[in-house]
Amino acid sequence: MGPIRESFIFEFLYCHLSLEASCSSVRILNVAFIPEDLSWISFILTSFFWIFVFINAALVGVLVLIWGERRLIGKFQARLGPNRWGPLGLFTPVADAIKVMFKEDIEPTLSDKLIYVLAPILMVVPVFMIFPVIPYGAKTFLTNISVGVVFVLAITSINSLSVLMAGWASGNRFAIIGGIRAVAMLLSYEIPMGISAAGVVIVAGSLSLSEVVNNQVIPNAIFQPLGFITFLIASTAELNRSPFDITEAESELVAGYMTDYSSMKFGLFYLGEFMATIASSAIIVTFYFSGWRGPTFIPSEIWFLTKWVGVIAIFIWFRATFPRLRIDQIMSLAWKGLFELSLINLLVLALMIAIWPDPSGMQLLIMTLVNWVVFFLSIYIFGKILSPNLTGNKIKKRSVVYGLD
Amino acid sequence: MFGIGLLKGLLTTLKNLLGPVFTVQYPNKKVGLIGALKFHKKTPFEFLKTQPSEFIKSLAGLHEVPEYPSQATRFRGQDFNWFEDRCTGCASCAKYCPLGIIKIETSPSSRDQKEGSSYDIDVFDIDIGRCMFCGLCVEACPFDALHMGSGFERAHEKRKGLVIPVDELRTAIKTPSTWFRPQMENKSYKPREKESEIKDSNDIGRHEQPSDEELTERWVNER
Repeated sequence: MGPIRESFIFEFLYCHLSLEASCSSVRILNVAFIPEDLSWISFILTSFFWIFVFINAALVGVLVLIWGERRLIGKFQARLGPNRWGPLGLFTPVADAIKVMFKEDIEPTLSDKLIYVLAPILMVVPVFMIFPVIPYGAKTFLTNISVGVVFVLAITSINSLSVLMAGWASGNRFAIIGGIRAVAMLLSYEIPMGISAAGVVIVAGSLSLSEVVNNQVIPNAIFQPLGFITFLIASTAELNRSPFDITEAESELVAGYMTDYSSMKFGLFYLGEFMATIASSAIIVTFYFSGWRGPTFIPSEIWFLTKWVGVIAIFIWFRATFPRLRIDQIMSLAWKGLFELSLINLLVLALMIAIWPDPSGMQLLIMTLVNWVVFFLSIYIFGKILSPNLTGNKIKKRSVVYGLD
Repeated sequence: MFGIGLLKGLLTTLKNLLGPVFTVQYPNKKVGLIGALKFHKKTPFEFLKTQPSEFIKSLAGLHEVPEYPSQATRFRGQDFNWFEDRCTGCASCAKYCPLGIIKIETSPSSRDQKEGSSYDIDVFDIDIGRCMFCGLCVEACPFDALHMGSGFERAHEKRKGLVIPVDELRTAIKTPSTWFRPQMENKSYKPREKESEIKDSNDIGRHEQPSDEELTERWVNER
């Protein structure tokens, strides 16, 4: 109960239910009715209330994101996007959801029934677990677990298992190729993601997400640009979003691991992906945009929300801009590019933190400057070394002119 | 430097985001209050007084105003414009039609009965369902009576609805395409706008229609 009872929003509701002695200072209205020796009931009631709120907020968030993404991509491509159903097309995702629910649910004969059903559930459920640990405001968080960073990275990587299960259980060649490719990609991008996150942890000096925010005087996106870029790219890949949507490459694999899924099972994959986008954006805000911190004349929750929407917009911007990469290009980008870049970032940060364990303001500025120099230098050098390999096709200059020899 | 190309791509889409939208919301566009007032050319008070429900809708951005795509004047539409007073009932159009979809029935004219130069049109059916819009009938017409139209809203549930009867040809708003009469483009003529409807058949076509005296000269005195 410890870490949860630290949370203000949990404690507030709990104390309005329970007659516990320690609660009297938090209580505003005197409406508590559950006696102290039955406090587990109020604990469960409060937990269920917040679970209900968080799950529904996530689901509504997905609906809004689907609408916002389609509108915004439309604007990025100089068209309108959905605009017919409701004001500004706001009800379009509702219509989509109803359509998906009423579609026929097909199970292939060759499928492994249990795993086939479990895979989409496994895609969605872990994502719900990210939302409670994120600090949305100075006091607004549900639980502050001491290993938040590790927890978040661990939970976000479960979806690769789901993808593999879906691909395997479908009993379909396209699905299994898509699933295996997806897992290869997801596992490769785990590594630069984790190493970049280690850079954040080194600067914060703690694995707790609240501490990560508290210790970010300069937002990490400015303080360690190399780590930010690698983390951003790696998490785009983790989300299976364009330009890394190799898992469901329509032109090559029909729809990858989702080929055989229909109706609400397909809807769950869809839901899981969009929810993961929201959760991942919240993580990036916490790690790299100093979470809820900002000038105090605006409430910290508003700051968090603004940054959150901004990061989601960056993901949408990527999707509207970049074409899909080939699988070999993706793998070489992960192993030859991002892996080394994130290692360089970690090394430089670790050295500087070793010299100045508790940096003052001036020292922080110097560290930022060094980080930016390292950022440009390493990107330049790696670009020089890798760009022919990354594009995958070396064009040989021919001295022979056809037709003249 | 590696990554410059990516940034350029991001900049291109950003320009699109900030620039104008390409889409034309045919047939109806949902507008807010400002757009509605601009369309109706009213002050907010007048608009509230005349159409209160539409006023509330426009506050939510749900007021609908018609919007048409800008259309090339030489666009060959799905209807035909026919100027009866230019038509002599010679049935050249029916003869030239490669598909034989124009059906003309005439009777001796009440107008020029003595001369016998023209006929009254009783039936003039054009079966649009089989038309390929080649425009040979328009080219064939010696008196420039028949023109390609400029409309494109002729969806019907039954094949019968695709036949343009003579009454419809008579009563239709005449905004012909300039496909075979490009000289009309000099008169700042815009199809699909009711203001540019051609009411006087003298305004269209290559020939001035001969007056009664000229006809008498040509058909009576010279013989």
